[in-house]
Amino acid sequence: MTPVQTADQIFVLLDQWLVSHSPLILQPLVAAALPVVAILGLFPGLFALTTVLERKGLGRIQNRIGPNRTGPLGILQPLADGVKSLTKEDIVPYAADKIVNFIAPVFLVIVVFLTFAVLPIGRNMVLANLDSGVLYFFAIGAATELSVFMAGWSSRNKYALLGAMRAVAQMISYEVPLLLSATCAVMTAGSLSTVAIVAQQGGFTGIFPHWYVFTPWGFAAFLLFMIAALAESNRSPFDMPEGESEIIAGYFIEYSGFKFALFFLGEYLGMFAISGMGITLFLGGWGAPFSFLDFVPSYLWFFIKLFVLISVFIWIRGTLPRLRTDQLMDFAWKFMLPMALIVLVDAGLWRWLAPGAARWAITTLIVLVPYIVLGRAVGSGKIEKRSYRYAS
Amino acid sequence: MTLDSLLLVSAALFAIGLAGALLRRNAILVLVGIELMLNAANLNFIAFWRFSAHPEAFTGVLFLLFSIAVAAAEAAVGLALIIAIHRHYKTANVDRIDRMKG
Amino acid sequence: MNFALPAFFAALSIAGAVAALSLRNLVHCALALVLAFAGLGGLYVALGAQFAGLAQILVYSGAVAILIVFAVLLVRERDEEQRHPIRWSNSLSGIAVAVLVFIAIARILTSDSSLHRAAPAAPSATIRDIGTMMMGADILPLEIIGLLLTAAMLGAVILALRERNAVKS
Repeated sequence: MTPVQTADQIFVLLDQWLVSHSPLILQPLVAAALPVVAILGLFPGLFALTTVLERKGLGRIQNRIGPNRTGPLGILQPLADGVKSLTKEDIVPYAADKIVNFIAPVFLVIVVFLTFAVLPIGRNMVLANLDSGVLYFFAIGAATELSVFMAGWSSRNKYALLGAMRAVAQMISYEVPLLLSATCAVMTAGSLSTVAIVAQQGGFTGIFPHWYVFTPWGFAAFLLFMIAALAESNRSPFDMPEGESEIIAGYFIEYSGFKFALFFLGEYLGMFAISGMGITLFLGGWGAPFSFLDFVPSYLWFFIKLFVLISVFIWIRGTLPRLRTDQLMDFAWKFMLPMALIVLVDAGLWRWLAPGAARWAITTLIVLVPYIVLGRAVGSGKIEKRSYRYAS
Repeated sequence: MTLDSLLLVSAALFAIGLAGALLRRNAILVLVGIELMLNAANLNFIAFWRFSAHPEAFTGVLFLLFSIAVAAAEAAVGLALIIAIHRHYKTANVDRIDRMKG
Repeated sequence: MNFALPAFFAALSIAGAVAALSLRNLVHCALALVLAFAGLGGLYVALGAQFAGLAQILVYSGAVAILIVFAVLLVRERDEEQRHPIRWSNSLSGIAVAVLVFIAIARILTSDSSLHRAAPAAPSATIRDIGTMMMGADILPLEIIGLLLTAAMLGAVILALRERNAVKS
């Protein structure tokens, strides 16, 4: 193998070496367990880094420095957070439903880890190459709503239950545009397997890649998918269920200590998983953005794209104000659902028309005109000129 | 697994759903019993498809998909009915909902 | 292994079904129902119908169960557990009917020897074949299901809508 290929497949080769050098009895166990251990170690590590990134990034957006006491530039803050959450007292309310209270965070984390199984992190680096990988991802991901509900209900607290019901309503509303925009990519690739979808986006015309995000329908579907992903992970501006300034922590208000940390972990891991699925479906998975950059290993491209998406999420969190529940639901049902259906038709047209400038023009118009019309219709009406009042 | 053991499981699920639909007095649990009976029938479809002579003709699986769709639609309408009834009678106990005129 | 995995999922779904219909607290019943549906979905996957099992988990566990949970929360009375407990003496006839139905079906199943066969080889199931069938031979049921789901959705919304000029009773 050439050095570039070896660097690309280094983890696959490491895995094969470790399996072949373990005792014969244990070999199936090691072969099955090794990628799982890798995922279990890697993504929580990424979670720790993301918490620092988020707090520093949000701090800078809000014109303050984030954590800077623990370690240089606050890098060791996750360690401090981990120690704190492990040593805090685990308070369970007297009237709470103890079994469901215990199961809710555990169920969330288990389910979110299960969804990582179908994400192709690099060339030949997917844990389970399922024939219906995308369907598996969304089927298992639908169970996160159950854990949110269990957390809110088991606390026997009005505000927790209110937060839980709002969260579940929000999540099921946004699941429809999420699935519809994912279906556009599946339809064009012709397969539900994540590996096949990434392979379909692997070609290059000239130096530009065949990623679906660089087509009109793909761009619109990617935007819809990412907005729905923000809403599914209950992140700002859709974080009404855990609105920190209103119902304090919403559905996990009665949790403390490590269970709260598990919820936090589950939420961030869910963010990674759904960003990973967005990268697989629209941004070409582990493919390089330009053909001359092909020498960089595939897993590095995946993590660079993941890093970019997470930074955009943090940026959005720091910038946009929170949406009210009714605004949120209006947005989902009256704007995103019709747009998702139109983008689905558009994706079909893209496959059906002959390649050329006419195809680009027609599909762009079909996406752009409803976007402008629907945006004006669903929005609040007139768009006024912005006026600023300065202190005199 | 043999075909008759799978069919026994399906029969057991059906019997449990039937018992629940007959016994429980809350309208929502009656609906839950009905859903379990539907699921038992779905399991029958998959069992017979798997053990048929030509499993590559996906008739059983397609039947299952349509059955799931119909069951989901029926659950949605049934639950909407129960919510509307509760708004009127202030109860969801099927023993109390015994008059046709509101 | 060929027997253990389907047996495990079957046991899980039966346990979930029994719990769903005998627990006191309604929300616990709904959560046990999720377990029952997930067990059935796992059973379908273990039998080789991967798409069917995942569709079952997505639709039933992920949507119907949540619907049931919402309905349970919206249709609550005070002290409902104290007011309507399960009186097992009254429910003897219901249980007897169910047991009789099960025994009748079981007798039919065990007496028919053509059902005692083992499974043929697992079909090389691809989603593409299911899709081809659905868009080719079975296009009419697909369109009818689409109409049915639209009608059900509209009907459910209309049913649950608050009447604007309703007299508060």
